[in-house]
Amino acid sequence: MKKKILFSLKSPYREQLDVIGFRFGHGRKSLAIVGAMRGNEVQQMYVCSRMVQALKKLESEGKIADDAEILVVPCVNYYSMNIGKRFWAMDNTDINRMFPGYDLGETTQRIADGVFSKFQGYEYGIQLASFYQPGIFLPHVKMMDTGFTDPEIMKDFGLEFGIVRKPRPYDTTTLNYNWQIWETKAFSVYANATDEIDVKAADEAVNAILRFMDNRGIVTSKTPPGYITEIIDEDMTKQIQSEAAGLFFRVTEIGKTVEHGDVLGRIYDPLDGELVAEIRTPVSGTVYFAYNSPLINAKTVCFKVIK
Amino acid sequence: MVETVASIPLAVHESLTIQKRRIQNGKNQTRLSLVTGTHGDELEGQYLAYMIGSFMDAHMDRLNGIIDIYPALNPMGIDSITRGIPMFDLDMNRVFPGTKRGTMVEVICSSIVDDLSGSDVCIDVHSSNIFLKEIPQVRISVPTAKTLVPYAKMLNVDFVWIHDAATVLESTLAHTLNSRGTKTLVVEMGVGMRITKEYCQQLFDGVLNLMKELGMWKGETSPVREPIISEGHKVGFVNSDAAGIFVPCASFGDTVKQGDHIGDVIDPLTSKVVERALAVCDGMIFTLREYPVVYGGSLLARILQPVGGEKS
Repeated sequence: MKKKILFSLKSPYREQLDVIGFRFGHGRKSLAIVGAMRGNEVQQMYVCSRMVQALKKLESEGKIADDAEILVVPCVNYYSMNIGKRFWAMDNTDINRMFPGYDLGETTQRIADGVFSKFQGYEYGIQLASFYQPGIFLPHVKMMDTGFTDPEIMKDFGLEFGIVRKPRPYDTTTLNYNWQIWETKAFSVYANATDEIDVKAADEAVNAILRFMDNRGIVTSKTPPGYITEIIDEDMTKQIQSEAAGLFFRVTEIGKTVEHGDVLGRIYDPLDGELVAEIRTPVSGTVYFAYNSPLINAKTVCFKVIK
Repeated sequence: MVETVASIPLAVHESLTIQKRRIQNGKNQTRLSLVTGTHGDELEGQYLAYMIGSFMDAHMDRLNGIIDIYPALNPMGIDSITRGIPMFDLDMNRVFPGTKRGTMVEVICSSIVDDLSGSDVCIDVHSSNIFLKEIPQVRISVPTAKTLVPYAKMLNVDFVWIHDAATVLESTLAHTLNSRGTKTLVVEMGVGMRITKEYCQQLFDGVLNLMKELGMWKGETSPVREPIISEGHKVGFVNSDAAGIFVPCASFGDTVKQGDHIGDVIDPLTSKVVERALAVCDGMIFTLREYPVVYGGSLLARILQPVGGEKS
């Protein structure tokens, strides 16, 4: 293992930002794994730190393929993490909306450019991703449909679902999208939590990434058996909105199979405690996303169900 | 008449409500929409909305058409000094056209677009952010330039910046409305979290002039200035390479020569100048940094080169 500084940025009042990468093996650039780019992506950083541990062990046992190099970058934006901010503290910009970056541009464009130059050239890229809404996910793998990456490759993770997302304009400045434009087969792995550690979900994500690496011939690793992944189009999932606002109580679990009409959640008036709405699923399927904040506004996507 | 464009209940005893004011007189159905307050830290448009509305109230007999004023597309952001929508990650101006089946913000954006569509002209007023000060300008993407530049010239701005189209900008309000046939001009002026009265007055005169050209205004108007159009010009960017405190020595609107001293980035701890910021080309400073703290990459100034000017 080699621990290297991939990119540095001076600050007027803090110690220099040094983005650390861990390299394993040597030869062909096979896989880059990237964790936290936002300051609250603690679970994403944790999964990467677990990958560093797992790869150290595999390397010491000689189980990394002869011609394979793996890069793990647990945390790009620890500056925000250390002060409790999600985005870049100075201007509230999101590094993951700045790719491919620009070396003469604004600060977060320069950070994106600096790290992207080190993330490029790998055959595969995995980002530990978080979602822009508060919520919990069934661990799954997702890719953007740019026409470059074969969705069938997602089956090698052995997660229950592989979701294909049609990119929207605001996705075109993300790492995942730009990786594919620069010919890296890119995937986002969702490990349930964001600003807290979910060890069980992290175990599942680590095993999924090791399984992927084993299936792709990058390492030799024994992992628990995975699922036969179902590949689905994101447009085929059902988003369920809250029709009322108030205190939100989820009454279903992530991963649960539900039938049309089942109650998934209830909303109560926050002042007088009256039940104001029951959230029922209009389709049968598997719950893969649930909102998890106690307060909910109307028209909030509170569940997603894979039909 | 104040109307509700969208209203969605919030968790505790309150609704998020987007409102507009319709001012109408005469038989002419030509409709001008003035929208602002997409970013909660941009306040120049608040004063402009007041100026237009109060002036029309006092001179209603000279109006022949419809003015719709949307002062706050992001009222919670303005109320909490938050650029974006509080508790929502994405910039509101990257969520258009929205959808009725999406998140709360997407539902709101969809309602806003539905309400604005069909306006003859829409003016989307932005300030700069808190970091930079901008001269009054209209920004137009290349594909819409032919249609929009004639209207931009009516608005009494100093500068019309025709910029390349970018995929990420397809989710802005202006792109959405222009692609639906509603001519939409994006104005940038001033600085975030402040009101620059002279700029508001300048744009106010431009709005009246535009209304006159549209046949909506029968009263007097002031002469408008001929803006510099960016076609044929180049824009030079001065970014900081060092971190520290930026202290300018040039002023906003100054004409400079390449290599002229614009300001210094200083280190208060060591008392050293860590970077001398120099003009990258000849031209006029039309953007200047207002907020002193800088990192590597922070934009310090933009310089508009004269026609035919070449950046070194």
